[in-house]
Amino acid sequence: MNVELKDIHKTFGAVRANVGINLAIPAGTIQGILGENGAGKSTLMKILSGFIRADRGEIILDGHPVVIRSPADAIRHGVGMLHQDPLDIPPLRVIDNFILGREGGLLPGEKEAGRDFERLAEQFSFSLDREAYVDSLTVGERQQLEILRLIWLGARVLIFDEPTTGISAAQKEKLFAALRLLAEQGKTVLFVSHKLEDVEGLCHRVAVLRQGVLVGEAKPPYTTKQLVEMMFGKTISIGDRNPCGSSDVTLRLQKLAVEDYRLKVQDVTLDVHCGEVIGLAGMEGSGQALFLRATAGLIRAVGGRIELGGHDLTGRNYQIFKKHGVAFLPASRLEEGLIPGLNLTEHFILAEEPEGFFINWEKGRKLAQRRITDFNVRGTPANTVESLSGGNQQRALLALLREPLHLLLLEHPTRGLDIESTIYIWSKLKERCQQGTSILFMSSDLEEILQYSDRVLVFFSGRVTPSLEAATLTTEKLGELIGGSGWTELASGKNA
Amino acid sequence: MKKNTWVNLGFQVGALILALLITTLILVAVGAPPLKTYASIVSGAFGSKDDVLEVLITWSPLLLTTAGVLVTFAAGLWNIGVEGQMVLGSIFTTWVLRLLQNSQVPPALIIVLGILGGVIGGALWAALAGALKTFGGVNEIFGGLGLNFVATALTIYLVFGPWKRPGVASMSGTQPFPESLWLPTLPKTELSLWALGISVLVIVIVYFLLRGTHLGLRLKAVGKNPKAAFLMGIPTWQYSMFAFLLCGAFVGLSGAIQVVSVYHRLLPNISNGYGFLGLLVAMLINYQALWAAPIAFIFAALNIGGVQLQIIYKLSSSFAGAFQDLLVLMVLIGEGARQRFLGKG
Repeated sequence: MNVELKDIHKTFGAVRANVGINLAIPAGTIQGILGENGAGKSTLMKILSGFIRADRGEIILDGHPVVIRSPADAIRHGVGMLHQDPLDIPPLRVIDNFILGREGGLLPGEKEAGRDFERLAEQFSFSLDREAYVDSLTVGERQQLEILRLIWLGARVLIFDEPTTGISAAQKEKLFAALRLLAEQGKTVLFVSHKLEDVEGLCHRVAVLRQGVLVGEAKPPYTTKQLVEMMFGKTISIGDRNPCGSSDVTLRLQKLAVEDYRLKVQDVTLDVHCGEVIGLAGMEGSGQALFLRATAGLIRAVGGRIELGGHDLTGRNYQIFKKHGVAFLPASRLEEGLIPGLNLTEHFILAEEPEGFFINWEKGRKLAQRRITDFNVRGTPANTVESLSGGNQQRALLALLREPLHLLLLEHPTRGLDIESTIYIWSKLKERCQQGTSILFMSSDLEEILQYSDRVLVFFSGRVTPSLEAATLTTEKLGELIGGSGWTELASGKNA
Repeated sequence: MKKNTWVNLGFQVGALILALLITTLILVAVGAPPLKTYASIVSGAFGSKDDVLEVLITWSPLLLTTAGVLVTFAAGLWNIGVEGQMVLGSIFTTWVLRLLQNSQVPPALIIVLGILGGVIGGALWAALAGALKTFGGVNEIFGGLGLNFVATALTIYLVFGPWKRPGVASMSGTQPFPESLWLPTLPKTELSLWALGISVLVIVIVYFLLRGTHLGLRLKAVGKNPKAAFLMGIPTWQYSMFAFLLCGAFVGLSGAIQVVSVYHRLLPNISNGYGFLGLLVAMLINYQALWAAPIAFIFAALNIGGVQLQIIYKLSSSFAGAFQDLLVLMVLIGEGARQRFLGKG
């Protein structure tokens, strides 16, 4: 199906998410939509798929102007969207999810649907068990299910929002093959991403958004430099390791043991020096999150000692840790980090030690404005935090940290952020290190771990390696350890 | 900003019209003349000087319960137990007055101590709901609901048991206190400027507390996202507990005023439903303390204006209540519709 977007406008409060976007995509094309976080990609796609309405503008499908009022309406017009977080219903079976959303009929018609499911799955070489429960599937498999479902419902335009986040390399290959097949069948594929590599390897053409405006289009052969320039309006380079270690010990852990109902982390002994960065690697749920929360005083250790700047804090609570200069930044920004409904000024006032009984709003606003400028947060002091994009929320969280800090603990500091935000966040973190703050962070991005850490701890189902010098590690070596192999050589004393 | 304000106002006016429409249909269905009914509500509330005084007398406890629940709402708590907290305020005040009425303590001091007793009683009852939530994991809605029943049962026990009138116990309550223990009123009326003044003062305090103090902002932070507030270093359960205590104190004060200024005794149903009505007012004003005074006043007027409907049209006197409920419902629906169609903010 030919898709044409004409003069699309959308604003959220003061934020102009889409400004006069014009884009025509012929059938059978894989169209890349590239842009950093908050550039307006998701907004544009949600308009096309009926989740939100444009303030102004026209959507034309195969030459006919259409009005799309809801996602159900969109699928009637042949437009389907796969969201970054799969919108399926985990406690149901694969086949139930497949049937859901089909119009008409009181009885689900499972038999016939089942045949269609098998046929489509075979066509795309997806191996999905139709009787399995969705909870047991990986993100990649849930994506496959969603693709099949949308095609079965008659989607001829498929939108993929950041589909390569959180899936394995093999699944990515499969996904790309499926997307190419879809295009060959004459379907229109919109591929939204901030990953240059994926876009370059897959898309027939690329449109780049920046601050709500379509700034340019490109066709292969792509040059990375050109795409980056369009995305950010300037070229940026990736910063490098910055060892600024000092001999003072910030954090001393002795035979620390932490556990929850399913996992035990034992005998972690570690000295973290002033200004040092320690990366915690491991598959999700291998014990690194538990360990990180224990060093923040959020979980009480079941054994061992925690010393901070010479003070024994074993068994004390988070409030005491915080008083000793520890800060913890959670991965789920809107659930645990920020307070939806309150604006940035209110956040900055909350984060500071209160002076007096009454709030000095003028002072708060000035503080907020200064930090917003310092941390390059795109927003105003009066913006509520939920109106900011993910990258800007993360910058705001960093801007909220008090000074000085002895120890900064971060869960996935750059998850879901684009290159520019990632580099910016790390440049700010490194500034902290220069001032003597030590950092412990967990990440599932191996490159990030190797690039920014001085030393690395690897977690594998509760077991922890001794600290490893990041400079001596490679992604392959790290990948092996995360997967549970190569631990015996480690125990025999190498690299400790 | 300007445009938004007008749109919001439009939705609220729409909700009001819808609520009026539905009540009109109800009136037509039960065979009462709608326009005349509305006119008699207005004249019942503002027809004479006595009526207006009556409205003002009702306004004061309602303002206090509204002020109280605004604090718990800010902290994200559904303090359904507000009704029982008001009753406990009345019980404690009665208790203090009974203890001291035959002593040598000057009457003015007895009244002050009695009111303080009410404040403490309300706060304690609220603290109980808070403790159940914080330490027992009992949702404040269920805890509060249970404690409301206990409070009612306690009142009935006291009125018919230990505190019964000499001679015969009755639903009309305990033996009235001597006039020396009444809050001074305007000459030849039952309106106490003291009660009115205290109530207005409290709502002003709550307004500034929620709008301009660190305490208020922290309460809101705990209410909107306890996890993030905790990580920011705000001791969350202590703040929830504080919200309960403060709300209980204001609501207990309202119960105390019912005793020292309105009924001069303890009787079953002394709270008159003002606790729940306060919850309605708070929801109607979208938790903005600025609007509490006028809306509570209108609700008080509806309550007083509705009383005589029973005599004139044989309508239940709870008809005004039905209108209040419908109004809140329509405004909440209107708010939902506004967010649905126009986006948040």
